Amino acid sequence: MQVALDNVPAVAQLPHQGGILRWIRTTNHKDIGTLYLFFSLSMLLVGGLMALTIRAELFQPGLQIVRPEFFNQLTTMHGLIMVFAAIMPAFVGFANWQLPLMLGAPDMAFPRLNNLSFWLLPFAAVLLVASFLAPGGATAAGWTLYAPLSVQMGPGMDMAIFAIHILGISSIVGALNIIVTILNMRAPGMTLFKMPMFAWTWLVTAFLLLTVMPVLAGTVTMLLFDRHFGTHFFDAAGGGDPVLFQHLFWFFGHPEVYILILPAFGIVSAIIPTFSRKPLFGLRSMIPATCMIGVVGVSVWAHHMFTVGMPVAAQLFFMYATLLIAVPTGMKVFNWLATMWQGSLTFETPMLFAIGFLFLFTIGGLTGAILAMVPVDVQLHQTYYIVAHFHYTMVAGTLFALFGGTYYWLPKWTGHMYDEKLGQWHFWLTLIFFNVTFMPMFFLGLAGMPRRIPDYALQFTNLNSVATIGAFGFGLTQLLFAYNVIKCIRGGPRATAQVWEGAKGLEWTVPSPAPHHTFSTPPVVE
Amino acid sequence: MVKTMSAVASNRRFFTKLSLVALGMFGFGYLIAPLYDRLCGAERTTQTAAKDAARPVTRVDLARTIAVQYDANVHGSLHWSFRPLQKSSQVHPGELVHIRYEMTNDSDQPMIAQAVASYAPPAAAAYFHKIECFCFKSQALRPHETRSMPVVFLIDPAIPGDLPTITLSYTFFEVPPRKSA
Repeated sequence: MQVALDNVPAVAQLPHQGGILRWIRTTNHKDIGTLYLFFSLSMLLVGGLMALTIRAELFQPGLQIVRPEFFNQLTTMHGLIMVFAAIMPAFVGFANWQLPLMLGAPDMAFPRLNNLSFWLLPFAAVLLVASFLAPGGATAAGWTLYAPLSVQMGPGMDMAIFAIHILGISSIVGALNIIVTILNMRAPGMTLFKMPMFAWTWLVTAFLLLTVMPVLAGTVTMLLFDRHFGTHFFDAAGGGDPVLFQHLFWFFGHPEVYILILPAFGIVSAIIPTFSRKPLFGLRSMIPATCMIGVVGVSVWAHHMFTVGMPVAAQLFFMYATLLIAVPTGMKVFNWLATMWQGSLTFETPMLFAIGFLFLFTIGGLTGAILAMVPVDVQLHQTYYIVAHFHYTMVAGTLFALFGGTYYWLPKWTGHMYDEKLGQWHFWLTLIFFNVTFMPMFFLGLAGMPRRIPDYALQFTNLNSVATIGAFGFGLTQLLFAYNVIKCIRGGPRATAQVWEGAKGLEWTVPSPAPHHTFSTPPVVE
Repeated sequence: MVKTMSAVASNRRFFTKLSLVALGMFGFGYLIAPLYDRLCGAERTTQTAAKDAARPVTRVDLARTIAVQYDANVHGSLHWSFRPLQKSSQVHPGELVHIRYEMTNDSDQPMIAQAVASYAPPAAAAYFHKIECFCFKSQALRPHETRSMPVVFLIDPAIPGDLPTITLSYTFFEVPPRKSA
């Protein structure tokens, strides 16, 4: 272990600056983690507002609230904002707060770069949201930005491309920082196999980011060149191929969904053992399972493109590779269940969200295995079944884990216990309204309703109305969460250092709230 | 302090190596383009969708002869004249046939129109393969411009025997000037 930082880096010793300058100049991992989390919460509400407008339009058939062009802009921006500005920054926020605490490091490896990778985000977000004001509005090509449509759109598309460039740089720098922190900054005695699962899942995630974000940057650069500099990467008239765009995009896009779910696995792997009062079952199989998801995850991308007309051999390869991912994912689910088996379970809010995650993410995962099969996928391609499937993984999977993780570590961050009763209400309402919103979409998809349309055939009316009611319930419920977090920051019963009876790990050895500087002298693990 | 410096230096070295990986992956993105042309562009006969379309017609059935008659119409108020340069041809199934149509814009302004083909009897349509046709694109004619355009077609030898005569008919429709959205 090369790390023995008796002295904290000089930058971290600066006296506290008050006001906004403190947040702009901060290089402290806890401050930056807080910034990330507030940013992502606000973008969650922005993206959620777009989703509610979409659902309001779909409450009844016909066009009532928005024009079709604007509807397409909303579906596109909802996707881009939720993926790049809400979920990804939320996990980086968790990584910033928790990784140094979990590993016994004084801070992230590169505190100034850490500041940079956060402060790039607001500019990208402004660029994205401001593109609604551009002539022709925001990009309406779908979050996948498929060519040739994306080659033809107005200046809103260019703003989205630049926003993606900025977000990409932020993610790559963040990933580099996290890898170096995990591999170089652990406390003496904290071997890789003693590291918590959250650090392991983030390590694999960071390597995935490092591998695929540059490819996305290259892809949107090609798009930009096709749009303005006369190249023909994707323009069939000039000898290019729009299918190439899909390959490039999904080479990034599929690993991206593992980037969004692996840290969630890490959070759930921390919560379940605590509230089962047992160590995580099968840690030795969890680690290779995580790595396997990472490795196989980069070779399954073309299952998003079964209908473009590829050779049968390629379809078979991508189908089998995709089904193979169900194996390590299943291992994880069984390990979590085995952790709970014969444990002394209690059901505080974090545990409820973890169990909700387990149920609903499994539905999302299994419908993914159904979609992996070529003949089924050809039928369900571009229907609401897909929309239901990925919201079960991305909302009930990722977002539930984020909620659970927030409730789990909030007492450590603020020094106060959150309002448990309010947390329980938040969980149950979220669980119910989530299913009211997205369960009908499976049936809409099976019945043939296409996605990304502002109007639909009459026979889909009832299920769409139900989904819209659910969506508004779901959206309003999240205000409870925001209120509970703010209430917890302002005050509440004092939290002990360990917070939870069954909590194990270095982060629970420091007082609550965690002091501004922790582990300036590295702790010794065992 | 010496130890701290070496830790910082080690972090920096590690950072540089990882940045090279990111840079390499950026380059790899561009490598996918030629790689894709090589792997997916060259050999497309294994594609499920392409099998039917790629089946070549190689046999000319000299034993049968089908009479193909040509017809031309102009829809509504479109001020064009339009005629085939031949009234009919005798065609062996499988044989490649070249014919020509002539169209004139009789009005005083430039106009755009598109021809739509139809067949009589309609059952013949499935066996009538146009390889080149002015109807594939809309035609823009200046005032009083005359243009002669080719049609190249063949009749599938699989055509049933009860279709001794086929009429190929074109109708020109005016394409209204596109409104900017």
